[in-house]
Amino acid sequence: MILESSLPPRRPFRDRSFGLVRKLLRVNWLFMLCVCLLAAVGYTALYSAAGGSPQPYANSQLWRFLTGLVMMLGIAMVDIRAIEKLSWPSYLLGVLLLLAVMKFGHMGLGAKRWMTVGGVEIQPSELMKLFLAMAIGSYFKRATPEQTGNLIFVLPAVAAILLPVGLILKEPNLGTAVITGCIGCAVMLGAGVRWWWFAIVIAIIAVAAPVLYHHLHDYQKARIDTFLNPGADPLGAGYNIIQSKIALGSGGFFGQGYLHGTQNQLNFLPEKQTDFVFTIIAEEFGFLGSVAVLALLFSIVALALYTAVTCQHTYGRLVALGIGTNFFLYCFVNLSMVMGLIPVGGVPLPLISYGGSALTAVMLGFGVLMSIHVHRDVEFAAMDDF
Amino acid sequence: MRRAAKTRSAFTRRALLIGTAQGAIFGAIATRLYNLQVSQHSKYAMLAEQNSISERLVAPERGLITDRFGTILAGNQQHWRALFMHALAPDPEMVLENFYKLVDLPDDEKQRIAQDLASRPGYIPVLLKDYLDWPDMAAIEVNTPNLPGVVVEVGASRIYPLGPVSAHAVGYVARPNQKEAQGDTVLSLPGMRVGRTGAEAAQDQALRGAPGFVQTETNVHGEVVREVAHDAGTPGQTVTLGLDAGLQALAVQSLADNAGAVVMLDANTGEIIAMASSPAFDPGLFDKGVPNAVWTGWMTDPKHPLQNKATAGLFAPGSTFKPTVALAAMKAGLLSADTILTCPGFFKLGDHIFWCDNHVAHGSITVTTALQVSCDVFFYQVALMTGIDRMAAMAGQLGLGIDLGADLPNVSPGLVPTLAWAKSKGIHWAQGSTVVQGIGQGYTQLTPLALATMIARVASGNAVGPHITRRIGGVLQNGADPDDWPDLDIDDRHLAVIRQGLFEVVNTPQGTAYAARLTIPNVQMAGKTGTAQVHNNTAAEKQKNFNDMTMAWENRPNALFVGFAPYDNPRYAVAVVVEHGNFGAQTAAPIAQAMMTYALTHDPAGRDAPLTLPAQSTTPALPVNST
Repeated sequence: MILESSLPPRRPFRDRSFGLVRKLLRVNWLFMLCVCLLAAVGYTALYSAAGGSPQPYANSQLWRFLTGLVMMLGIAMVDIRAIEKLSWPSYLLGVLLLLAVMKFGHMGLGAKRWMTVGGVEIQPSELMKLFLAMAIGSYFKRATPEQTGNLIFVLPAVAAILLPVGLILKEPNLGTAVITGCIGCAVMLGAGVRWWWFAIVIAIIAVAAPVLYHHLHDYQKARIDTFLNPGADPLGAGYNIIQSKIALGSGGFFGQGYLHGTQNQLNFLPEKQTDFVFTIIAEEFGFLGSVAVLALLFSIVALALYTAVTCQHTYGRLVALGIGTNFFLYCFVNLSMVMGLIPVGGVPLPLISYGGSALTAVMLGFGVLMSIHVHRDVEFAAMDDF
Repeated sequence: MRRAAKTRSAFTRRALLIGTAQGAIFGAIATRLYNLQVSQHSKYAMLAEQNSISERLVAPERGLITDRFGTILAGNQQHWRALFMHALAPDPEMVLENFYKLVDLPDDEKQRIAQDLASRPGYIPVLLKDYLDWPDMAAIEVNTPNLPGVVVEVGASRIYPLGPVSAHAVGYVARPNQKEAQGDTVLSLPGMRVGRTGAEAAQDQALRGAPGFVQTETNVHGEVVREVAHDAGTPGQTVTLGLDAGLQALAVQSLADNAGAVVMLDANTGEIIAMASSPAFDPGLFDKGVPNAVWTGWMTDPKHPLQNKATAGLFAPGSTFKPTVALAAMKAGLLSADTILTCPGFFKLGDHIFWCDNHVAHGSITVTTALQVSCDVFFYQVALMTGIDRMAAMAGQLGLGIDLGADLPNVSPGLVPTLAWAKSKGIHWAQGSTVVQGIGQGYTQLTPLALATMIARVASGNAVGPHITRRIGGVLQNGADPDDWPDLDIDDRHLAVIRQGLFEVVNTPQGTAYAARLTIPNVQMAGKTGTAQVHNNTAAEKQKNFNDMTMAWENRPNALFVGFAPYDNPRYAVAVVVEHGNFGAQTAAPIAQAMMTYALTHDPAGRDAPLTLPAQSTTPALPVNST
């Protein structure tokens, strides 16, 4: 009623009565192209990981990707305002799933991270990253600069970040916990929370790190120790890092040629089709190939930021920033790990590594990102609408 | 609206800042990649070339076989052997060609290697040459670059410290044949051996163990850079036999050059304390492969050294069968301790005359005296009364002519004839056959092991079965305790009569084995001599009697003795067969006497530690389980 009586200068998106076709045309097709290209790179690498065969990795991953693509486009068609209304319920669902996985989940590699819902393996911590970005974005969607500068106003958001981070730490999954925290921080930073508060928190963590290290699990300590001195135990924990570096280094500028990487084909890295999939590309396609993949990965990050910056509403801006940051952190942690820059942490390279749960979570996030892009200029109702 | 625009521009600034940071980090990653992939390429390319981890299975060490006191009867000795991990060689044919230039191999070995190469997966190495000597090893080591995939490794070969002394009881091992190796991955490993005879064969599974693996890092040329991980696998279990090495050696020594066998059992449990078969062979030869000349020698030897005469040698029991005949008659109620039968020196059945030994007339005698002097005529009559089937039934009850379930391979059950058997063979059973059955002649064929079991059962009244394994992996096996065996189910009074007769055989001047009585105070042996014809003597030969040493060796009668001691509390049972040894009393009984004297002095039965330690022992005495 209010909308009808006082028309804003720019007509809201909903009232333009866009059909499905118009919405599809508004999708960022360049982004979609980058996503598909990365999936193609993944198919190529997985084909090579199986010794030149579509079985057992490449084909099943392709099917997962296609399913994810349909899901992504489907979500992109949903009005971002409807998605926004689901922010807190999905956050709650995420927390419940994290609690459930602690109780009923099955062990994998020494941690309880996975659980099966209706025959589908899910990793609640992956979903939680998206839900957290949505929840924090929703919290700050109408925040004024005064509010974002008010510690009392910000504290509930901090609590909403710390809850899932704590639960993920308990799994235990240090890598994902840190990424989740960073996503929350990025959204808050985008919302306008004072930058020097972050500086203080970072300083505190830096001081507290030795104490925290003391409380880490043995395997986490071992990873850090290994990282700091990989040569000490070359056939134990440091083995992966050394072999991974050898794979990268032996690739050279042009690579050893597709299906001819000795490190890859002689099965030297365990689980190379998952976390260490980048070594296959680097070894067989050399520096040229790996930089091309880096460029593609960065295009995704840049296009997500573009969506964030061009979006007309705060909610979309914040969530797009969170989703972009999530993707960036995936790439950063995985690549650094592969190159021996940070401790090994079980983080896959999105869209390329073999595995279902991370891919599904990433595609889900991209669906929300595309919905933001499609609905970038919708008008969010004023506070008194509620 | 202005406020919203301000918020938006603040966001844009921060988003661009974050984007710039992210871009910078991607740039840093690209720089690092350039550093690794381009600047340091040669270093990592070299590392990649050196890098390859391969795994192969290694044979577990075969378990030891020891005597009851821990003396090693079968052990392992380390030696070097050359293996070929063909999966690592770019061109296996070339490698073999190079290898044959360095190490000379016979053609059949080359053929075997070619066969193995074709049939085995990469993680199972192929044996090129066992027992490498120094020149071979040096040649291989120096030429490593031409021999990718060839590895020299330490292996274990089987040794038998007592050699021929324990050859038949312990047995020997040999390489598995092609068929066995194809059916079992573990057996196809170089160095694996399969037990062929004796305890080695009977306890093969326990002795084998589980294989381990070696992970080696090899470069692309197949040269081993270093060993990464080594798991020796699970060695086979130690098998402790009931044998006493001292008694075993004595048995072999007493048999000397004779062909024959000695079996000594724990009378109460049937545990084999000594089992010798003469002549013997060196079991260690089988591990390396028996030289042709030695093999031909064994095959042409009329004394059959490879045959275990204790378990597979079949002999007519002669007079040692008489206790069985007497027990059968007593069970049928046809004979008692007081029954008197007359021996005029011969027994006439129809037109045929059966002579008593030496044609001597023993007069009117009871069963104990008949046993004591080994009167044949007495037992001709008893046999005829009792009938062939009842004698066979009693024989079976005493362990003769049946499968004893011994834990040894190739144990012959022997043969005690019955009417049904005769019918199935189409033999017309004449009464005369029943008559000679009374003195253990005719169709009856028994092993020394069965005879020892018979006398152990008579002595103890327990239905003991012969067995050689005492412990596996330290665990006492079933059968080591007298209570593990059921009662014999023969009237004790009957057994007492027989034992009395056997006592008189050895301990009275008229007894046939009086010369072999024990000289240790307060302990007596009881037993029975036997002299079994193997040749139908002609009338002319009969005139000269058996004792004529001019008779061809293979025509002389077999000498037997079965006995137990102590008489009043039996602990040991012994059976001795000396092939063509003429008289049981003359050649077999003295061996039993020596065995019993040793056994009763050292008393190994039921013990895991020796009763007395060697006098010269410099190490502190082991605690002895004295009860």
